[in-house]
Amino acid sequence: MVEKNWSRQLPLHLMVMPALLLVLVFSYGPIAGLVIAFQKYSIVKGIFGSEWIGFDNFRYVFSLPGTLDVIGNTVLIAFMKIVAGLIAPIATALLLNEIRIESIKRGVQTLIYLPHFLSWIILGSILIDILSPSSGIVNQMLGLIGIKPIFFLGDNQWFPYLLVLSDVWKEFGFSTIVYLAALTSINPTLYEAAVVDGAGRWKQTLHVTLPGMLPIIILMSTLSLGNVLNAGFDQVFNLYSPQVYESGDIIDTFVYRLGLVDAQYAVATAMGMFKSAVSVLFVSVSYYLAYRLANYRIF
Amino acid sequence: MVYTSFGGKLFTVANYILLIALGLLCILPLIHVGAVSFSSSTAAGAGNVNLWPVDFTWKSYQFVLQKKEFLRSMEVSLQRVLLGTAVNMSLTVMLGYALSKESRSFFGRTWYAWFFVLTIFINGGFIPWYLVIKEAGLLNSLGALVLPGAVPVFNVVLLLNFFRTLPKELEESAFVDGAGHWTILWKIFIPLSLPALATIGLFTIVGHWNAWFDGLILMNSPDKYPLQSYLQTVVINRDLSLVNSTDISMLAEVSDRTLKAAQTLLGALPILLVYPFLQKYFVKGMVMGSVKE
Repeated sequence: MVEKNWSRQLPLHLMVMPALLLVLVFSYGPIAGLVIAFQKYSIVKGIFGSEWIGFDNFRYVFSLPGTLDVIGNTVLIAFMKIVAGLIAPIATALLLNEIRIESIKRGVQTLIYLPHFLSWIILGSILIDILSPSSGIVNQMLGLIGIKPIFFLGDNQWFPYLLVLSDVWKEFGFSTIVYLAALTSINPTLYEAAVVDGAGRWKQTLHVTLPGMLPIIILMSTLSLGNVLNAGFDQVFNLYSPQVYESGDIIDTFVYRLGLVDAQYAVATAMGMFKSAVSVLFVSVSYYLAYRLANYRIF
Repeated sequence: MVYTSFGGKLFTVANYILLIALGLLCILPLIHVGAVSFSSSTAAGAGNVNLWPVDFTWKSYQFVLQKKEFLRSMEVSLQRVLLGTAVNMSLTVMLGYALSKESRSFFGRTWYAWFFVLTIFINGGFIPWYLVIKEAGLLNSLGALVLPGAVPVFNVVLLLNFFRTLPKELEESAFVDGAGHWTILWKIFIPLSLPALATIGLFTIVGHWNAWFDGLILMNSPDKYPLQSYLQTVVINRDLSLVNSTDISMLAEVSDRTLKAAQTLLGALPILLVYPFLQKYFVKGMVMGSVKE
């Protein structure tokens, strides 16, 4: 029986093999490559020929004048995105739930899901056009009510908030899906009972709808904890410029410039590794909390 | 539920207005840029264009579509989408099928599963990723855009959770009839999961079409860039070295702004075309992965 079982399960091992090899090379390879953070790495000498220098790269990167500001920017932008990215879709789902005309509901959903599927190249290009201080339509409209043109993408006062706002704009619609799914699973008899007890629409929302959504709200909040250092490379990279490094430069863009523009591979890797280490910590905590609070498992 | 009180009616009206406004807010910027792309350079320059083209013209599109660089990058993108989706989907189906089995009928299943899932949590970061692909000799080839992301672990998890919802009896009776795993996967599991596979397939297509960073970094010359990477250099970064001398003569009739608008719209067009199909599936797909025993 054991023998037969082996030949029977052989195809399963074969099915896993190609993916296993690819992941070994392209996911675990880079993880092993993190050792260059502890080397005076040079492309010519390679990993095996480069000199080991302990934590010097970490010391160096944290001695750079801008590093702490970059970490501060990252945490601030990411935190605002997490909070806004939770509140906006929950509110939208609750409001959509109040709409009785099915065609309008579906129409609104179609429109608000769309930006999620466009890349930050497309959306970045659109934002650059409409926010332009000289010809952008946003500043034209502000001009109508007497406001002087604002260079949203070049002004440190505005830039981080613009990042948060445009990120919410891209994602809030798509994020409503999980909450709307949760709403459909609320037992209708609860509403009937609430009506019998004299509850109006507001009371029903407060005492039936929100409690019904609570598990998924808790789940999404805990899972989003893992993003404390993810301020959004794709977005920032396509919207920022040296004028707004002060308020908008984040760890990922900083690592990119250290690595690819200045060719300081080892220093950039050290900074990246710092981010990964902190992120792994937060992600682990978030999944543990999601498991404990919402009984969430990945598989 | 219908409101009878005055406050209730007021809320209903305000709610409709607010949500319709939110919906419009998501599409109007795109429509505005579309209107600019079909307007003359003078109208666009004077800021006369709102949501409808002024002095309607195809000139910007004619200009963009005769540019060799643009067409070549479109070709790279198409190759990438076709090859990348084929590779991603085959690996996802095989891996999802194998990992959906119980540990007792698939020895080592738990180890395999953790091997893949761990990569969701830890990664080597950007520089080691680049160095590995460079060492593998993939720079400047289509392989660099397809192989490093060939195993979309998140989709595998979605699919394996879906496979687990299929009745076990189907598989058991097929076994009794002498079918092996390949036959069961091909003849039973795949036909039963077409909606799930369509969802994942559409997401994969969108992902490959939208990817821009890998092309920018891993291709040494702009003629190997996929469309989104090309757009990154010309629309976002304004790399004017990519404008050649025959272009200059046409630049009188179009402007930097209308050209960018046209390229942006062309870059979004495939997504807008598959969007109706996407929408049909993704709501189901999002919920699909969360169904567990």
